[in-house]
Amino acid sequence: MKRFLQYVALTAYLIFLGFPLVWMLSTSFKPPRELVQLHPSLIPDAPTVNNYVQAFTEQELGRAAFNSLQVSLASALLTVLVALPASYALARFKTRLGTLALGWVLLSQLFPFVLLIIPIFLILREVQLANTHTGLILIYVVWALPFALWMLQGFVRNIPRELEEAASVDGATRLQVLRKVVFPLLAPGVVATALFAFISAWNEFFFALVLLKSPDLATLPVTLARFVGIEGTARLGPLAAGSLLATIPSLLFFAFMQRRLSSGSLAGAVKG
Amino acid sequence: MFRRLAAVTAAAVVGLGVLAGCSGSDPGDDTTGPVKLRFLSLAWQKESLQANKDLVAKWNAENPNIQIEYVQGDWNSVHDQLLTSFEGGDAPDIFQYESAAIGEFSKQGYLADLSSLMSSELKGQISPGIWDTVTFDNKVAGIPFLLESQVIIANKKLLDAAGVAVPPATGGWTWDEFQANAQKLTAGENYGVAWALKSPTNRVMNLSLNFDGKFFYNEGGKNVVKIGDAETAVPKRIHDMLYTAKSASPAALGMSGADSLPGFFAGKYAMLPGSVSLRQQMVEQAPAGFEWVTIPPLKGVSSNHAANPQTLSISEDSKAKKQAMQFLEYFLNPANMATLAKGDWLVPTGTKANEELVKLTQGKQGWDVAADSAKDLTVSAFQKVPGYPEWKTKYATPALQQYFANKITLDQLKTQLTDGGKAVLK
Repeated sequence: MKRFLQYVALTAYLIFLGFPLVWMLSTSFKPPRELVQLHPSLIPDAPTVNNYVQAFTEQELGRAAFNSLQVSLASALLTVLVALPASYALARFKTRLGTLALGWVLLSQLFPFVLLIIPIFLILREVQLANTHTGLILIYVVWALPFALWMLQGFVRNIPRELEEAASVDGATRLQVLRKVVFPLLAPGVVATALFAFISAWNEFFFALVLLKSPDLATLPVTLARFVGIEGTARLGPLAAGSLLATIPSLLFFAFMQRRLSSGSLAGAVKG
Repeated sequence: MFRRLAAVTAAAVVGLGVLAGCSGSDPGDDTTGPVKLRFLSLAWQKESLQANKDLVAKWNAENPNIQIEYVQGDWNSVHDQLLTSFEGGDAPDIFQYESAAIGEFSKQGYLADLSSLMSSELKGQISPGIWDTVTFDNKVAGIPFLLESQVIIANKKLLDAAGVAVPPATGGWTWDEFQANAQKLTAGENYGVAWALKSPTNRVMNLSLNFDGKFFYNEGGKNVVKIGDAETAVPKRIHDMLYTAKSASPAALGMSGADSLPGFFAGKYAMLPGSVSLRQQMVEQAPAGFEWVTIPPLKGVSSNHAANPQTLSISEDSKAKKQAMQFLEYFLNPANMATLAKGDWLVPTGTKANEELVKLTQGKQGWDVAADSAKDLTVSAFQKVPGYPEWKTKYATPALQQYFANKITLDQLKTQLTDGGKAVLK
């Protein structure tokens, strides 16, 4: 009975999570008239691909998706590359500077977007990086780093020091200890950090809106916003079609990475 | 894994280098040689988007020395986008927005004064009352080109069944007639009207001009909020329809105009007071065989209501203001303005454009009513008061929502609006 209730709860939760996606799928295939029915149906009466055609022909969603993919992958990669050694240093080397650094990292998260956007824009313009994907990637990396550092250093702390000491006793150099012991065990943390950085960049709207001026460089969230009009009115069909397509790459990325989330179990690692 | 990571990193670094090389900023403009101007458009409806793009493409083909780069923006984020662009010194040369919002930018010196740049032809096309909405400290901050009047969309079959005659395009109902007709159209669970008042303040400010209700008055050089009979007339009538006559649906109160469409199409509501652009949803989304009509703006002591025209402005920082104005003169010539208005289902500000539009559409689908309603649009005090957005968000909207939900009295509404004015308009 207990197991049955667990399954019921789990199913309800899955429906709760999945229903918006299913509804978006349904909306994306509905013609305009079916979008304003008093009693809407989940399955469209007269399904159409017109919304997809409009989404692609009017707003160059394909190019925007490619731009978003480039920016998000590069941001995720660079975030991990910077956060990995930094978090190891923060977790393993106990200095007053380390504690201060962690405090500062946390504090930096408190500044609101709008306060920073103009100074950031001016700095990027000075270094010729305004209106470039490179500038945007740098901002995303810096934006994701505080949380990534906190998250990764937690993973590092969970790796027993004894494992590293044992490898050293067996004659491994510092670099070998990192490569052969620490990094493989950190894989779930790295994956989680990469996912976080990727999704943050993939969904981010405001920096992309303000920093990228050329239409060719626009990312997906900025492009999708163009289907929304004045005071909350929207072209629901093309918006749903575009949003659904925008969800697919991040779902695929997550599906690909999530298998690695559980691949570094430490259970029993230091039991004798 | 480490080796793979290193390889991917190297690839990313190379990729970033390529990206940096590929995606640079535009070169600066020159006032004498060929120029490239950025035009931020907020068109979002399918027809309007196409009309904008076509006009720009045609201009670019005919004017190799003044090339326009079409940049698509969106209504919800345009204010932040423009503000940061102005502050950062990288604003678009030409941009679309609305009169109520550009005053702030004009006062901060971000917008070019267009009065000396534009031709007398363009100026003469648009009525002085509409020019007032974009004139701040004697500077013309933008060219008003599209207007949104307040009309009533009605279910023709229900009107016929209740014996309610459709008024002519040139003269609508008085508020008393409207309320009486709403009563006739109310039966069982079906209501005569759906007042979709999710964002009630602008609607109330707009319609209150029917009774000469201004809300904002200048006393000794200072703006104050004053609420008299003229200001309470519209809220009180709406409230009466909701709770005394019960001819308006309380369920529709929290909706936006588009949210009320399913109920309207299903016959639950016979009339929808709303923007003239609602006609587009009628054409695109009404079920087959559904007959609808457009009823002209209501009349109190007049049919006046506030015009908040969409505008086209030129940035003060633009290095090619004359060329930008040349483009705007073309973009807003009567034929093009009519095309743009048709695309957005709005009313063109130009008299010739209005005539063109009626000719083009033969006055069908409510275009006769839309064109005639242009004469009722005028500037209202609230559009020029600097503290209006704050007063609206913090005080007016919550107070009106509470009043329409029957949670506070009319006297309490008056007090809240007046006190809000005192707090904001210091």
